[in-house]
Amino acid sequence: MIGQLIAEAAKLFSGARARWVGCAPDTRSRVYFANHTSHFDFVVLWATLPRPVRERTRPVAGSDYWNRGWLRRYLAGHAFRAVLIDREHVTRDTNPVEALEAALRNGDSLILFPEGTRCPGLEIQEFKSGLFHLLHTMPDVEAVPAYIDNLNRVLPKGELLPVPFLCSVTFGAPLRLAAGEGKVPFLARARAAVEALRDL
Amino acid sequence: MNLVIDRQMEWLIGGILGLLALASVVTWVLSRCVNSESAQATIQNLAARVRAWWMMVLVFGAAMLTGGIGSVLLFAVVSFLALREFITLTPSRPGDHRALFLVFFVILPLQYYWVAIKWYGMFTIFIPVYAYLLVPMRSAAAGDTTRFLERTAKIQWGLMVCVYFVSHAPALLTLPVPHYQGQNAKLLFFLVFVVQISDVLQYVWGKTCGKHPVAPHVSPNKTIEGFVGGVLTATACGAALWWITPFNPWQAAGMALLITLMGFFGGLVMSAIKRDRGVKDYGALIPGHGGMMDRIDSLCFAAPVFFHVTRYYFT
Repeated sequence: MIGQLIAEAAKLFSGARARWVGCAPDTRSRVYFANHTSHFDFVVLWATLPRPVRERTRPVAGSDYWNRGWLRRYLAGHAFRAVLIDREHVTRDTNPVEALEAALRNGDSLILFPEGTRCPGLEIQEFKSGLFHLLHTMPDVEAVPAYIDNLNRVLPKGELLPVPFLCSVTFGAPLRLAAGEGKVPFLARARAAVEALRDL
Repeated sequence: MNLVIDRQMEWLIGGILGLLALASVVTWVLSRCVNSESAQATIQNLAARVRAWWMMVLVFGAAMLTGGIGSVLLFAVVSFLALREFITLTPSRPGDHRALFLVFFVILPLQYYWVAIKWYGMFTIFIPVYAYLLVPMRSAAAGDTTRFLERTAKIQWGLMVCVYFVSHAPALLTLPVPHYQGQNAKLLFFLVFVVQISDVLQYVWGKTCGKHPVAPHVSPNKTIEGFVGGVLTATACGAALWWITPFNPWQAAGMALLITLMGFFGGLVMSAIKRDRGVKDYGALIPGHGGMMDRIDSLCFAAPVFFHVTRYYFT
């Protein structure tokens, strides 16, 4: 309920609209992966999904940020139903991919930012390997590339107050892990897919 | 702003609803008559435009019926949406961030606050003087000098066009026109109606008999035939509405001519900015029309001139 309200408010403020270029919205289990420039990224991407899709889509976020303070914990846990992962201490016992896998098996979709951290400007950083490992264990899941435009101007890193720029989220054609495709070529392909949406 | 809803106002509301109903019927008939694919696309765009007109008339009508404050709020929202489109198209740098925050959340609301409290002196100088000084002060303090003059000029242009000029429309409600107390809503109606009917008629004349583009590089859809036909018929429409204004029929015709000419050039100038930035529309807010800025470009230029001419000669 709170989550839906936040989504509508975010859409109103950012004027964000979705451009479905490579595929149509669908409630089947998918992994949306996008460029990461702002704290609002996942809210805006999530908000532009049609409501039935949005209700089944969970953002993946760092527990170091979202477990700090009751408000963030409440928002992550209840409003956005985020899947929190530990970015800093990855061991065999705390393998983040398992939590993501469980969500996908449950029929939910995920929003993932493979760059790992926000970076200002238009350059897209190298992708971390989580996306590859996830698709490696779940090869039937579609990975949908998305490019979030202008959000870095709404709230640049280090600023507290947002300025309303019109944002858009462009969704590209779904990728699948090809049989025998290695980690490095796949991540490069995924990154290029996001980059290609930038100039559309 | 104690505005009266009188018998004339009821006639205007009825007239507009009738006009829209007529437009819907004509669109429906046209959609059954045309066959070619390109004509179908034009009719579909026309249908989207008419549907959007219903929505816009309902919102504008509701704002008028609240008396003054609803109209001030409505135009404040219109300014916000137009400015958001304008600034999005303008390349800005992180150093502008805090200046832009001030523009959207301090300067814009204050400008409409001056209108609401009828402080004419502050309303006319606030943006040209105080905002003009404040914006570069804030940007310079951020320390980024790259393209400084260009960035500052673009923000100030956005403020003038989207906020300052648009705010002259609701400011019509504050003009003390003798023997016209409480009726200023009809003055605002006159401005908005003439501006918009002029856009519509230029579109209709242009689509039906337009051949020679006025400025093909700026706006391929604006033709000499559309311009002349639209301006003349819209002026006639304005003159026919003299009975709701403080003007006599000739004065109403002159005012309508002024509004339509300013509106035409407003559309041309705002198109030139779009072409420079390489886009077709400012946004996608209003189906069939484009963004808010695409719908109000003519109003931006017509409102301040109409306001000041009326103020000079009729108060």
